[in-house]
Amino acid sequence: MHDLAKKTLCSLVEGIKKKKFTSEEITNSFIDNSQKARKLNTYITTNFDNALEKAKNFDKKGNFEGLLSGIPIAVKDLFCTKDIKTTAGSKMLNNFIPTYESTVTSNLWKEGAFLLGKLNCDEFAMGSSNETSFFDNVINPYGDKLTPGGSSGGSASALAANLTPVTIGTDTGGSIRQPASFTGTVGLKPTYGRCSRYGIVAFASSLDQAGPMTQNVEDCALLLEAMSSYDSKDSTSVNIKVDNYKKNLTEKVKGLKIGIPNEYRVEDMPDEIDHLWKKGIEFLKDAGAIIKDITLPHTKYALPSYYIVAPAEASSNLARYDGVKYGHRSKGDSLVEMYENTRSEGFGDEVKRRILIGTYVLSSGYYDAYYIKAQKVRQLIKNDFDKVFKNVDAVLTPSTPSAAFKVGDKKDDPISMYLNDVFTVPVNLAGLPAISVPAGYDKNRLPLGLQLIGKAFDEQTILNLSLAIEKRAGFKREINEWWKQ
Amino acid sequence: MSIDKDTVKHISKLARISLDDKKVDSLSKNLSSIIDFIEKLNELNTDKIIPLTSIIEASLSSRKDEVNNEKIRDQILKNSPEKNEEFFVVPKVIE
Repeated sequence: MHDLAKKTLCSLVEGIKKKKFTSEEITNSFIDNSQKARKLNTYITTNFDNALEKAKNFDKKGNFEGLLSGIPIAVKDLFCTKDIKTTAGSKMLNNFIPTYESTVTSNLWKEGAFLLGKLNCDEFAMGSSNETSFFDNVINPYGDKLTPGGSSGGSASALAANLTPVTIGTDTGGSIRQPASFTGTVGLKPTYGRCSRYGIVAFASSLDQAGPMTQNVEDCALLLEAMSSYDSKDSTSVNIKVDNYKKNLTEKVKGLKIGIPNEYRVEDMPDEIDHLWKKGIEFLKDAGAIIKDITLPHTKYALPSYYIVAPAEASSNLARYDGVKYGHRSKGDSLVEMYENTRSEGFGDEVKRRILIGTYVLSSGYYDAYYIKAQKVRQLIKNDFDKVFKNVDAVLTPSTPSAAFKVGDKKDDPISMYLNDVFTVPVNLAGLPAISVPAGYDKNRLPLGLQLIGKAFDEQTILNLSLAIEKRAGFKREINEWWKQ
Repeated sequence: MSIDKDTVKHISKLARISLDDKKVDSLSKNLSSIIDFIEKLNELNTDKIIPLTSIIEASLSSRKDEVNNEKIRDQILKNSPEKNEEFFVVPKVIE
């Protein structure tokens, strides 16, 4: 039965349709794996009984027409799920039970999937190691002392440990791609506006996007297709047809032009990352792609401008947590004291840090110097990509400047933690799609990913290129299931 | 630029987050290092650049001006920490 949990999403969907196995068998095998993996701390809330019931009902009278018929899926606990606790990894929402469903998750359920549970993440998705979660840190299946990255760390670990066939995360500055890279899985951040943000706990609204996290590129194409839609409930959702990403998936990438940006060769980058990047170039050359050197001159300003824009938006978004309408409430003699105590007790350190930075850069006298300046730099970063995409079809870079790091290593140094996202953040600022695909190992046998950045709404091209890399890299996750109890 | 303790106290007041003295100390250090980091942007001359306010090129769409009479008051109140029939309850504001 356990082999079922190792199958890809596409083979599970096909197997159910061909009645090779039932939804109940599949669901049982993921529940069993999940129950034996408590050491990884991936779940905040489980929905196992409910999932089993859904599976049994499906087996009795299921509709086999959906893209995800009969498939249990655990999702990041940032997606509001009707009648099921949604915490965003925060004490602030520890008692919050949404009365509505996010558009992205309801798209999955419409395609025949059902909820297996809610996965741990950094508090309000602010973090790169899953250590800021109120519900304790998540462990990477690659080692009992390693972080899975973040903020979608619970999602990445659960996927890599076969606790869920696929999962969805959110990515504001790298929160899908960095944990995917750290766990040897595939993660895609769609173009801004491709997936609805309705019902996702907001962090930085001009940067946030939901996206698929999967075992391989084919699954990624299928899940992206299932979750994407135009949604009038999200004013920044873009009404462009969702492609048949899976049907159109091909490794024939001959003649595509791939840009290699010199600016991504950062100081102190380990040789093995550089080596992996060169290997990626060789894979794509072998597939017939044309490699071009390009320049994205404002790359080094992306991270500083992100750390103005994202906290500014966060400080404004998180103003809603005031102890009045929902969430945690502390006592206070006056209204203001109640607000101040609620927010002091309900938020963790990193969230407070970001709210305070955001408040500072938006405060009177500093607004022009910081916030407007950052928006101008954001324009320059977007201009860099616009210029480059006149001459190339996609851009290839490493996903992260290192492999997974140890729990506690960077916890007390915010800047060194932020530097993790140096390769992923520019894409969010420019609103472009990007994918991380596992392509090799470092000297400690920890997985490393390559990132492909595409033109706006051209997810298909980066999926195709990733498939070409996947076939040539021959990456296999090597994990001995040490966590099993 | 460094963020001194008085500035930390001022912005925490604006952000409605109460902080004890120990926290003010550590945040003053943390926030100063973050501000130093973001001040790298000052190297760039951006005088002639228009700030990017939206990444979406299409303008926002408008919906029809129709009454959307969803009766969701109970749903909205469902998660409130303290309520009284159809009201949110907060500490006394007016003497």
